[in-house]
Amino acid sequence: MMKKNIKYLAILVLGLVACEPEFDNPIDEVGVYSSGEADFSTYVALGNSLTAGYADNALYITGQENSYPNILSQQFAFAGGGEFTQPLMSDNTGGALLGGTQILDNRFVLAFDEEGNAVGPAIYAGATPTTEISANLGGSFNNMGVPGAKSFHLAAAGYGNVSLVADGLSNPYYARFASSGTSSVIEDALAQNPTFFSLWIGNNDILGYATSGGTGVNQDTEGNLDPTTYGGNDITNTDVFAATYNGLLEALTANGAKGVVLNLPSVTSIPFFTTVPYAPLSPADPNFGPQIPTLNETYAGLNAAFAFLGVGDRAIEFSTTEASPVVIVDESLTDITDGLSAVLAGTFGALAPIIAAQFGQARQATEDDLLLLTSSSLIGQLDTDRFAELVALNVPEETAGQFSVIGVSLPLGDEYVLLPEEQSEIENARNVYNATIEALAGVYDLAFYDAAADLEQVATTGYFSGGASLTSDFVTGGAFSLDGVHPTPRAHAFTANAILDVIERKYETVLPRVDILDYGTITVNDEVN
Amino acid sequence: MRKLLLLVLFATVTAVSYAGGYRVSVQGQRAMAMGHTGVAVVNSAELVFFNPAGLVYLEDKLNVSVGASGIFTDIIYQNEELGTSSQTDNGVGTPLNLYGSYRINDWFTAGLGVYTPYGSGVTWPTDWPGSHLVNNIELAAIYIQPTLSFKLSDKFSIGGGPIFVTGSVNFNRNLSRTTEDLEGNRSNVTIDDSGVTNWGWSIGAMFNPSENFRLGFSYRSEITLEAEGGEATFSNVPNSTAVGFTNGTTTFDASLPLPAELTVGLSYQYKKWLFAFDFNRQFWDVYESLDIDFGSTDANPDSVNPRNYKNSSVFRFGLQYEATEKITLRAGYYRDESPVQSGYFAPETPRNDSDGFSGGFSYAITSKLAIDASFFYLRFSEITESYDFGTSSTGTVESFGGTYKSSAFAPGLGLTYKM
Repeated sequence: MMKKNIKYLAILVLGLVACEPEFDNPIDEVGVYSSGEADFSTYVALGNSLTAGYADNALYITGQENSYPNILSQQFAFAGGGEFTQPLMSDNTGGALLGGTQILDNRFVLAFDEEGNAVGPAIYAGATPTTEISANLGGSFNNMGVPGAKSFHLAAAGYGNVSLVADGLSNPYYARFASSGTSSVIEDALAQNPTFFSLWIGNNDILGYATSGGTGVNQDTEGNLDPTTYGGNDITNTDVFAATYNGLLEALTANGAKGVVLNLPSVTSIPFFTTVPYAPLSPADPNFGPQIPTLNETYAGLNAAFAFLGVGDRAIEFSTTEASPVVIVDESLTDITDGLSAVLAGTFGALAPIIAAQFGQARQATEDDLLLLTSSSLIGQLDTDRFAELVALNVPEETAGQFSVIGVSLPLGDEYVLLPEEQSEIENARNVYNATIEALAGVYDLAFYDAAADLEQVATTGYFSGGASLTSDFVTGGAFSLDGVHPTPRAHAFTANAILDVIERKYETVLPRVDILDYGTITVNDEVN
Repeated sequence: MRKLLLLVLFATVTAVSYAGGYRVSVQGQRAMAMGHTGVAVVNSAELVFFNPAGLVYLEDKLNVSVGASGIFTDIIYQNEELGTSSQTDNGVGTPLNLYGSYRINDWFTAGLGVYTPYGSGVTWPTDWPGSHLVNNIELAAIYIQPTLSFKLSDKFSIGGGPIFVTGSVNFNRNLSRTTEDLEGNRSNVTIDDSGVTNWGWSIGAMFNPSENFRLGFSYRSEITLEAEGGEATFSNVPNSTAVGFTNGTTTFDASLPLPAELTVGLSYQYKKWLFAFDFNRQFWDVYESLDIDFGSTDANPDSVNPRNYKNSSVFRFGLQYEATEKITLRAGYYRDESPVQSGYFAPETPRNDSDGFSGGFSYAITSKLAIDASFFYLRFSEITESYDFGTSSTGTVESFGGTYKSSAFAPGLGLTYKM
């Protein structure tokens, strides 16, 4: 009797174990998600730092893991997407070594003092980098994003030649995974036989010019079609861009691969250019306010000279009631050093040529000028080099000090200011690049994501949805990492979702999105010097 | 034998008892087999829990019931929009019960019960999508209840006693959806405390209008467990004064209510058959919020987690059949309403309304000693719900939700001794 009971109980237990919960429509069942007309089995991402997952002025593992291509690949995995490999750095410190010597800086972190007050972004000093550039990873990766790459670099043979890294003639990031010293990014990408690709390239074709304050050459207006002669801060010729881009797409689509291309957001709407106000000199600042009468007295003499020389609109004056614009060098102004020197000789004697040189192309900034993020730590500070220089010219120390305050008595250098004309040059090139990208997306029948429009929204009104917000406010906006240029993980997630939208429209895919609130923004850490 | 099989099958196709929230209604093998009915069933010392008033009507002078069940629970989660899914890997819950009664004279019986009516054990994969709400939780409360039962007449009795509770909790969750250290490890906190004690009470009454018909009433008071100076351990917190917490151990204070429960019910005996019905009303509305105050900070409390439970009801039906002199068969069904309101569906107790199906038997080894076996299976319908009152790393309110489905299965064994 008991034996039989036990037998029935055993049956019962077996029956109930089968009662484990199961959804009516489990998402891991075939048919819930679909790749539509696309084939995600081998997805290769091409691009620059944005594609690589570069953030906080460095490339590091968690940034790479949160790159938009990696997020996309995780969603593609719901519909046949294969493994997605990335050339992961060796640590989360950022920075890198070449032959044991550090050649790339550690990442930025947001530091706070002991009272919990924000000190600001600073270089992480809690560890030394362990990524050795010369240690080739020995293979290609699905994420072929290379920080620093311009459009034509993707097709440049030898762009990852490690022996040229030290001289700045090749790219340290690509050197880590280039298949050879003569390979190009596009060759290494094609060798993987991608069935689907993304291409987001061209940002650096204008960004270098912008972040250098327009100190490079506009090779478009120069008509220079040979990119091997370009400097790092130059604007790429639009015809070179178009030919390069066409070549990339032709190669990528040759075997029938589908893909998505992204256009280029305005580089001047990012925090790197919008954070430092043109008029940051507050009379309430105890280091500045009390100096205003003396400064204005000194500038009165200079302003009279400006007027005498017919450039009275360059007059410099500081307000005692509201914040005043910084004094900048504007290289587009007529250089009046010689005239100024002559006019000032009576008042300043031997000092006149020195002062004249300092103010030959100076004016106060206007709201149309964009001050670079890197200027924020300089404005109002004593330029010790200039001070030493003046002292060496036998200028008394007190006077030398008075003429060496950056942005106040020593005009802020051209490399820290993006002038309106420089902004126009950048915009003109960008508009042509974007027209090319959109047109070629049509020619090659690819999905096209208007990243420019979305960033425009983030920068102007902000993006708000379901408790998530992204604005281009530096540090607090959620969209930009601590370098003020590169996106946060949350912005990468936003980008991935937007790309999924256009892929869905183009290829009739059915894929899940990510919740951007699951992705972080900036990293706080107090281990800084 | 054939009847046994039929009854077993009946039991599997109908359902059993496991209440909402963190109430675990497994307080007796015989009652459990009958859908956890018992407020009006005079059967064993399980009455210490079900209705102290009934103890005095037990036929034997000494009655002892001990038992334990193993509860196997599974919870699955998915979010189709986000493609996320997860599944708990819970340990086996082991509610225990130990009851004894001794008849001192014809109108007075004393008893003692040790039982575990509240508990929870949910273990999600670490860093799962809802990890900012819970990674894992272990909650246990042991009730110790001395009991007196008085016969006022053959038709009416009362009983009751004080309850001493000792509880423990271990709970881990991530600090937010995104907070992590520089290496990308998610910041989390574990709170742990045990030996948290308090007192409560239980009363009951039983009315027997006829020889075959009984009515019962019982009430168990609310008991709040106040954890003071428990241990909170923070891990993977960013090295920053901006975060407010640092890695390592601090103290915490928190309180958790174990709600009051009112039961009314009846039983009716017809030849070898006994039918029972219990209605439980559980006063969950005391569980408004789980607030945790950490000792290392000035803020009080640091973590506010609204729960806003509502009072809930359980309807229980039980059947007993004395198949042979030695074998008694039991089955039951109950409908268990969840105290969790829409929008408050936190994944530490993701319970919606459920149907419970139970069954079991007693086998009398001797006239004094019997083995009691029970099992129950709880069936939940899948539900798409969310917890809308989470706090993000920046202090804003945020929602986490998806589709959940749970199940619970619990076999149990016990012994009844009478003399």
